[in-house]
Amino acid sequence: MKAAVVVFPGSNREGDMARALKQATGREPAMLWHADHELPAGTDLVVLPGGFSYGDYLRCGAIAGRAAIMDAVRAHAARGGLVLGVCNGFQILCESGLLPGVLMRNANLRFVCRMQHLKVERSDTAFTRQYAKGQTIEVCIAHGEGNYEADDATIDRLEGEHLVAFRYCDSAGTVGGEANPNGSRNDIAGIYSDGRNVLGLMPHPENLIDALVGGTDGRGLFESLASAA
Amino acid sequence: MKARVVVTLKSGVLDPQGKAIEGALKSLGVEGVANVRQGKVFDVELAGADASAAKAQLQAACEKLLANTVIENYQIDL
Repeated sequence: MKAAVVVFPGSNREGDMARALKQATGREPAMLWHADHELPAGTDLVVLPGGFSYGDYLRCGAIAGRAAIMDAVRAHAARGGLVLGVCNGFQILCESGLLPGVLMRNANLRFVCRMQHLKVERSDTAFTRQYAKGQTIEVCIAHGEGNYEADDATIDRLEGEHLVAFRYCDSAGTVGGEANPNGSRNDIAGIYSDGRNVLGLMPHPENLIDALVGGTDGRGLFESLASAA
Repeated sequence: MKARVVVTLKSGVLDPQGKAIEGALKSLGVEGVANVRQGKVFDVELAGADASAAKAQLQAACEKLLANTVIENYQIDL
């Protein structure tokens, strides 16, 4: 598994992401700059980390979604290559057209930073093989704009084609209600592209990889990726 | 040439910021406020003087960057 992490001005989770990738794959990911035009030869996985690219100016992820490197990321995705976007990375994927919909201001207008349970919707993708379908995992969230919205036709298509990756739930695995931190449609925390080779999610699995800092439920995602290529 | 681009949320898209502003206006005693929707204004200066070319350039700017057409409409005033 050869991974590359894209760093934009204002990214701040690239170090956490690199640590999680190194732990799972045994090798350091390449760190790419937003102004680069090419991915390193043989890249299997491109990761867009969390943060506040371009200070969230205009709309979260809007300017990063049009950065020079994104043409190479789009071409990689079109070839079936794996792409993971976490938090601001998910916003960038939506703004760049790699995933449908948009992440709007949290319904309660508050930045939310807390531990969060998620339900794993399917375990047959490159990102989730090390989890069980329906499993509840505990990771963390830290965002002000994570309220996933799309038109009804898009939501129906995501549901019909089983492209929802994770949903917000409580510790008992009950989806929605108070467990939904931001008002996301259908309690969506993450979605796949049509080919299921692109995943965007608001929560931070890369921060839950060490028992010393709160848990290891995030490891499954990186171990799945490590065994995928 | 100067132009103004106004980007607004499409109707039906929930606008929590607009709702908060609406609530604040009501709590300040501003009477008769039924609904508030928040948008963005861009004042753009264009190098050329041809209005139809400017309109096409601004349309491209809106489609490529200024508006997210999933949730937003835009209006160009020259």
